[in-house]
Amino acid sequence: MAERSHTILYLDAVSVTFDGFRAINNLSLVLDRGEMRAIIGPNGAGKTTMMDIVTGKTRPDHGDVFFDGDIDLTLHDETEIAMLGIGRKFQKPTVFENHTVEDNLLLSLKGPRSIRSALFHRSSAGDSRRIDEILATIRLEARRGDLAASLSHGQKQWLEIGMLLAQDPKLLLVDEPVAGMTDAETEETARLLKDIARNHSVIVVEHDMHFVRELGVKVTCLHEGAVLSEGSLDAVSSDERVIEVYLGR
Amino acid sequence: MVMGRFFSQRADRRIAITIATLSAAAALVPALNILAPSDSPLHVPSYVVALTGKYLCYALLALSLDLAWGYAGILSLGHGAFFALGGYAMGMYLMRQIGARGVYGNPDLPDFMVFLNWKELPWYWYGFDQFWFAALMVLVVPGLLAFVFGWFAFRSRVTGVYLSIMTQAMTYALLLAFFRNDMGFGGNNGLTDFKDLLGYNVQANTTRSALFAASAMALALGVFLTWWIVGSKYGKLLMAVRDAESRTRFLGWRAENAKLLAFTVSAMMAGVAGALYVPQVGIINPGEFDPGNSIEVVIWTAVGGRGTIVGPIAGALLVNTGKSYFTGALPELWLFVLGGLFIAVTLFLPKGIVGMWDGWRAKREAGEPAVSRFNAAVAPDPDPKFVRLSRAHQWPSSPEGAPTKPQPAE
Repeated sequence: MAERSHTILYLDAVSVTFDGFRAINNLSLVLDRGEMRAIIGPNGAGKTTMMDIVTGKTRPDHGDVFFDGDIDLTLHDETEIAMLGIGRKFQKPTVFENHTVEDNLLLSLKGPRSIRSALFHRSSAGDSRRIDEILATIRLEARRGDLAASLSHGQKQWLEIGMLLAQDPKLLLVDEPVAGMTDAETEETARLLKDIARNHSVIVVEHDMHFVRELGVKVTCLHEGAVLSEGSLDAVSSDERVIEVYLGR
Repeated sequence: MVMGRFFSQRADRRIAITIATLSAAAALVPALNILAPSDSPLHVPSYVVALTGKYLCYALLALSLDLAWGYAGILSLGHGAFFALGGYAMGMYLMRQIGARGVYGNPDLPDFMVFLNWKELPWYWYGFDQFWFAALMVLVVPGLLAFVFGWFAFRSRVTGVYLSIMTQAMTYALLLAFFRNDMGFGGNNGLTDFKDLLGYNVQANTTRSALFAASAMALALGVFLTWWIVGSKYGKLLMAVRDAESRTRFLGWRAENAKLLAFTVSAMMAGVAGALYVPQVGIINPGEFDPGNSIEVVIWTAVGGRGTIVGPIAGALLVNTGKSYFTGALPELWLFVLGGLFIAVTLFLPKGIVGMWDGWRAKREAGEPAVSRFNAAVAPDPDPKFVRLSRAHQWPSSPEGAPTKPQPAE
């Protein structure tokens, strides 16, 4: 317990099996409060499954998953975990396409989540100030009243990051934030995430090594559902086993 | 942004016009029926009052389905069940009003119970001699069924085609149950031979006019309620759940509760429509639970435009006017026309008549093919769940197997 108390996320000996396939195999991962971590690994390494476990979408067969020191995440469902303070950005940008950018953020803003409060909700000055701030951060001020469907791929990724910010979670799980982005957008996203990491704990899953280097944080390489290597990007990318996994034998 | 506000204002204006038209009809049509002399060109014949009154009930039913399907993405193929339950609640009140005037002259038991040699009134008929109680049951019975059904279905995350099939099974089960004599609802004859409603003869012109006015006002109220719900933050959440359910969960919302409220309110609206329908047609029988009826409601809504408030009303009025014409002129062709209409709408007007009109207007005014705020209510999803369902119906042996609902967040 003593060791766990200063962590934001603590996974110990977690395993999950789908139809005989071990997606996560005795995985242990610890993230300190305020830390940003990049997770890399080949396809099928279990990166997305790990996020599913943390956000309550998948239950582990074995192992401990603790959030913020002593909250056992295996006892909660997606909604509860979101309310505890874990936000997630999906691999494929998932925004509410039929809503405006502003409404997307409005639905994400931290606040009461009961149906009654939504039914009798009155928009407040505080809400719109917060939305203004987020729009400025994700550089979508000009698109405020546009439908999310009309945004470019990169802008949708940013909107989704903005929705995460609106939730104001303690821990952000960001799955492939720069997939399909141009170089300029990738750079912009790295800047955005570093900004966010100043007062949040963040896990970023990404394939783009250039982007990971830009982030300049500790890297964990997953392979076959377990941690293969951990350390600085240079250390990890010079690790024999990592090279073997990425380049094949 | 200005454009956005303009569009939303126009949407609000349309709601205001609809409510004003319905209120005017509620006042004028009965007046022109009762007060204008029958040879006057302004006179509204009684059969028109009865027919349009019935259509207004259908329109309310279509609107209620739209709240569930168009806004919450719950394609209910059993909404006729809620309509019929509301109708039965009203029918039970009307039966109790007959009193000793029935064929057997029994002051307590409706005729069919006397015929079946029942000695006393079943407990679930208690209270239905009081109008207030029956009126309450019109809301409570469909609402409770929808709540219990939705509670289990939404909590178990049953969505898409599977949910639609379950709603269909629900109405079919009720159809079979209500056919049974020992259920105590009049078996396959249902409830009929009504005499009075609140002391007024149900056959009288004045009563029929009053029922027309009540139907128009109920529809106006339904329009207002739907507009209010859909325009609230909850309405936005509902559409978000429709488009990306699991995303809303990861934002901390209880998607199942959002759907449950919409489904329950929708069922209550359908119940009110049924309750107003029964005294106007003079009978309620298990045929109202027929799955075909519920599917027809889906067609009205699709034709008019799901996810718009005015659309399903227009759809219900148009399709039923067409039905009245065809079943009179070319009865054997009607089902082909209806089927053809549905195929044509899904292929060429996926957003229905109103959605199409809005898209056209927005394009003209904005001078660009951007999706307008107006269409925001209509999922641009080119393969709405119903199309998937009908595909599954047409090619049950399709190698694609059971179509799955797209879940972008997965």
